[in-house]
Amino acid sequence: MSERTPMIEMCNVSKHFGSVIALSDISVQVHSGEVMCLLGDNGAGKSTLIKTLSGVHRPTHGEIRLNGEPARFKSPAYALDAGIATVFQDLAMIPLMSITRNFFMGREPTVGWGPLKRIDWKLADRIAKQEMGKIGIDVRDPSQPVGTLSGGERQCVAIARAVYFGAKVLILDEPTSALGVKQASVVLRYIAKARADGLAVIFITHNVHHAYPVADAFTLLKRGGSLGTFRKEDITREEVLNMMAGGAELESLDAELAEFQRSDTERADADTSGVRPPLAAGQ
Amino acid sequence: MKSNASPQTDAVAPQDERIQKVSFWKRALSRPELGALAGTVLVLAFFIVAASGTGMFTPAGIVNFLEVAAQLGIIATAAALLMIGGEFDLSIGSMIGLAGILIAIPAVEYGWPLWAAIILAFSCAALVGWINGNLVNKTGLPSFIVTLGFLFILRGLAIGISRLLTGRTQIGGIHDHIPGDWFAALFSGEVATGLFAWMASQGWIATNFAGNPVVTGIPVSIVWWLALTALATWVLLCTPYGNWIFASGGDANAARNSGVPVHRVKISLFMFTALSATIFACLQVMDTGSADTIRGLLKELEAIIAVVIGGALLTGGYGSAIGAALGALIFGLVQMGIFYTGVNTDWFQVFLGVMLLVAVLFNNFMRKKAMEAK
Repeated sequence: MSERTPMIEMCNVSKHFGSVIALSDISVQVHSGEVMCLLGDNGAGKSTLIKTLSGVHRPTHGEIRLNGEPARFKSPAYALDAGIATVFQDLAMIPLMSITRNFFMGREPTVGWGPLKRIDWKLADRIAKQEMGKIGIDVRDPSQPVGTLSGGERQCVAIARAVYFGAKVLILDEPTSALGVKQASVVLRYIAKARADGLAVIFITHNVHHAYPVADAFTLLKRGGSLGTFRKEDITREEVLNMMAGGAELESLDAELAEFQRSDTERADADTSGVRPPLAAGQ
Repeated sequence: MKSNASPQTDAVAPQDERIQKVSFWKRALSRPELGALAGTVLVLAFFIVAASGTGMFTPAGIVNFLEVAAQLGIIATAAALLMIGGEFDLSIGSMIGLAGILIAIPAVEYGWPLWAAIILAFSCAALVGWINGNLVNKTGLPSFIVTLGFLFILRGLAIGISRLLTGRTQIGGIHDHIPGDWFAALFSGEVATGLFAWMASQGWIATNFAGNPVVTGIPVSIVWWLALTALATWVLLCTPYGNWIFASGGDANAARNSGVPVHRVKISLFMFTALSATIFACLQVMDTGSADTIRGLLKELEAIIAVVIGGALLTGGYGSAIGAALGALIFGLVQMGIFYTGVNTDWFQVFLGVMLLVAVLFNNFMRKKAMEAK
């Protein structure tokens, strides 16, 4: 595995905003056909990391290598041209525009020549419908506004668009955080499919239950630093969860929950016995 | 079931049985211009009854209200594209006044050929639009404020230049310069005069005492209006640039992240509104034979009313050029209809304001419907 050149690689990348150290000395490798899950609590530096990868920020130290070559992106457009597609949380979707118009926004297929050059709507509609069909979303009418789609479907349009336009590296910023169980599974299935197609996928989330089934490796971030990268076979779901949230915090949460439960049962007991419990029953 | 199984052959894909047959009405409801179409029919029906026998719907009357609609429609088309692109231009009216002065002074006072004066006006308009667009892009200020500034700047320039160079605010005598000027011919006179003479000879339209038809042709402003509406509709619905306009107005940031040159789109749209104001000014100057610094007063607001009645959203990203044309037609119908029915024209503005509010409420309702049409 380590013999292959990683599709994308961060080498000792740091990012400072003035005196704030948002990322310090992060090294991550993702091969093609692999899903790397970036886990971390709020403020861990996940967003800064993907913005650095997608060309929004320039790293203060260290470098990004794309297929072994050092890469410096002046803007997101350069990263996009290099094959790094980022699906941000706001999706870059315009609700009032049709699925097809959104799908081809900025990259419309045209027919004709000179002043008669026009969008090839037939082709565009067909491709949009076809690409959505590939991920199992049945678009009845590609000219319907994106606003009529559900959150998961919108997410899939955004991902399908990135894949269709030749992304080699797909960065997904919390694609499942706002979704229900069923919709999230649609997106997760699609991530698995993108991996099968040979893309290098970086999947940012703070939901271990979404991350664990599709990820090949996990990188845990905490307060701007990396807690290390773990192959899936080397780590269990509980261990990931523990590291991410900090085991101690979860343990104390467990204790608190147990306390609630105990006082609830006590109150229930008191209710059934017909005696109003004293206010401080739980203590 | 899966239509993507054979991408080569599905150009003639069998009708997917999961697609519900979308009724014509449901489809029509999702178009932005529907409200304007309904409004047009309503207003037309009203005046056909209320103004029957007044001459409003004789050929001469029809040309009258179409001409009013055409003049407004020319600037409304450009204002519609700009509003769909997410911006306003409040300097349209003042640009009309300034463009008129820029045509009249060189031609009348300095003996320029009319075509050169018209080109000067268009060049200045393009520059004004370019400055408007760049200021909005670079400063990030709302276009409402930037173009409000230019509303006063351009009006002031028109008055200032005119007073400075001629000592007057009105310049007449342009009619003398029109004959023989190839460029001015585009903005003056009528088309299809032969057709109208023939129709009169067939007795289809009335003739005056000298045997000439009462309507000698279609005013060139109506041709400009229809041509610009058709062009804008083509651009919006069929070209990548049209898609960029929708995207820029819908969400400029999302559009930029997808590779749409949002700044260039907005600059070109501001230039188009200024140029359309100049077309308006050319037509008016050639028609009346004079320029006046107060021409075009409040036209920017009338254009916005026509665009909103036409179904565009003030927030951008949604609207149509055909809607704007219908909005302008309603405007013309009401203005001339009130005149023909003998209602005191003071009431015109009341009607206009009510129309605007009804249109906005209706549009909001329709947009919600469109988003629910699953």
